[in-house]
Amino acid sequence: MSQPDFSHDGIRTARGTVFRYLFMLCALLSILTTAAIILTLVVDAIAFFQTVSPVEFLTGTRWSPTNEPIAFGVLPLISGTLIITVGSAMIALPIGLLTAIYLSEYASERQRAYLKPALEVLAGVPTVVYGYFALVYVTPALDTFLPLSTFNALSASIMVGIMIIPMVSSISEDSMSAVPDSLREASYGLGATKFTVSTSVVVPAALSGIFSSFILALSRAIGETMIVAIAAGQTPRMADVADPAGMFLDSIQTMTAAMVQIGTGDIVGQGVAYKSLFAVGLALFIITFVMNLISEIVASRYREVYR
Amino acid sequence: MAADTQDASADAGFGRISRTKDVAFRLIALAATLVGIVSLALLLANVTVDAVGWLDWQFLTNPPHPNPYEAGFLPALIGSIAIMLLIALITFPLGVGAAVYLEEYASDGYLTRFIQLNIANLAGVPSVVYGLLGLGLFIGLLNIGYGTILVAAFTVSLLILPIVIISAQEAIRAVPDSQRQASYGMGATKWQTIRNVVLPRAMPGIMTGTILALGRAIGETAPLIMIAAPTTVFGAPTSLFSKVSAMPLQIYNWASYPQTEFQYGVVAAGVVTLLVVLLTMNSIAIVIRNRYQQRT
Repeated sequence: MSQPDFSHDGIRTARGTVFRYLFMLCALLSILTTAAIILTLVVDAIAFFQTVSPVEFLTGTRWSPTNEPIAFGVLPLISGTLIITVGSAMIALPIGLLTAIYLSEYASERQRAYLKPALEVLAGVPTVVYGYFALVYVTPALDTFLPLSTFNALSASIMVGIMIIPMVSSISEDSMSAVPDSLREASYGLGATKFTVSTSVVVPAALSGIFSSFILALSRAIGETMIVAIAAGQTPRMADVADPAGMFLDSIQTMTAAMVQIGTGDIVGQGVAYKSLFAVGLALFIITFVMNLISEIVASRYREVYR
Repeated sequence: MAADTQDASADAGFGRISRTKDVAFRLIALAATLVGIVSLALLLANVTVDAVGWLDWQFLTNPPHPNPYEAGFLPALIGSIAIMLLIALITFPLGVGAAVYLEEYASDGYLTRFIQLNIANLAGVPSVVYGLLGLGLFIGLLNIGYGTILVAAFTVSLLILPIVIISAQEAIRAVPDSQRQASYGMGATKWQTIRNVVLPRAMPGIMTGTILALGRAIGETAPLIMIAAPTTVFGAPTSLFSKVSAMPLQIYNWASYPQTEFQYGVVAAGVVTLLVVLLTMNSIAIVIRNRYQQRT
């Protein structure tokens, strides 16, 4: 009598085991992806470094992968990337932080129900659309009172900044909401106003989450591609610290934009320019990966504190 | 208390000033919150006005053309939809599988934490780097061919997979544990519990997350450029190995044309079409989420 039941159970268990390993494979695919990214980048970057010395790559101040004289110094691209990162940070960090404070401390439930999804839309707009906006609406608008080039770092920075606002505001707001109400009440009990509670209690208590959101947002700005490829132009050059206005008003080129430029060119030939893609990609991957890791570690440490 | 009475006069002044500061700060914070939303609204209004007269039936059904008045969006539109359907077929089972493993099977050990951290990090890898992965792996190593639908779908699938996994995990985590216990109490196995109890309950959340991730996939441009998808194709793709364009690529291409008819007309029509498709997908996701919330 129990015999058929037994075999049925056996099948059930076997099926369960099969699915368990199937699902595990899916989860392990993420590790495979990371490994594949690193391998692809490293293999071709090594091929590149056999032609161009890593020292020349890392210290060279001229980037000209296709036009004579050929040069593969990555510094102008890093400097362009920094300009965009700093420019967008000046917009996104203060605005994102204030937004998080408003949503967490001031907004009513009803306001939040409208504002949060509206902010999420900012991150959902395709970046090619932002790039187009920067080129055809923002630049001409700014051009009426600033001596702007058609392609410039300023419009691109503004658009990247707007795009990353939600990354700052949502993570910062999460960490502010996690600050225990007892801290706020203690402060109110001492006669503090909402302003004092927000800036002197909630923000310091949520600092690790805020810090983590800042790093993540900067990492997104570094990796952002289409906005800068469309609106900031294709002029790799070193930033002149003595001329901060010129840095933003003229065309620059970021690491990502340089990759797009080579990518839209003739990459079928496996030349040095093609391989330089992977060297720049590797540099970009390392920078953003380290930043994401720091952000994740800082955020998880804070989570443990308040849980 | 003694100190309080001593500083009574100073206190009154302090109180008034800080209340002003309080109101000012509230307004500044509100203004900051609205900056992004208002600027985007203005830009969207601009592009919609520019698209008027250009976004018509002929634009949606014609192939691209060097003459702006004859230029159309059809191959890019079909290309985007084809890529997206393939991406959905790839990411949905893989993403849900990974999420089920991490939430239902995995113990809270070193490997699980490593996978979790890894997924979070993958979600932050720049999309252009995923393009290089596609170029090196699917084209260089597996030789599938530059700019084909298959390579495009694989590449963008890997890109959105972390997002699908994370949202599916949240949906699965939201299923109350009592329901699992009830299922086990009836003598169900782990797999039966997952199939009959957990997945049906989590499905609306998983669907919502997947559709939102697909919305991101449809706007991705940089990875497609890196795998050398053509920015302009003149016909709809016919097989998985056809070269394919997509809406954002066509927009990128048109935006570089110097004529104002392209800059302010044709591209605007393309942008509005892309955004309408995106908006439709997001609305579907919201409808699914709302219907699910009402039921519980």
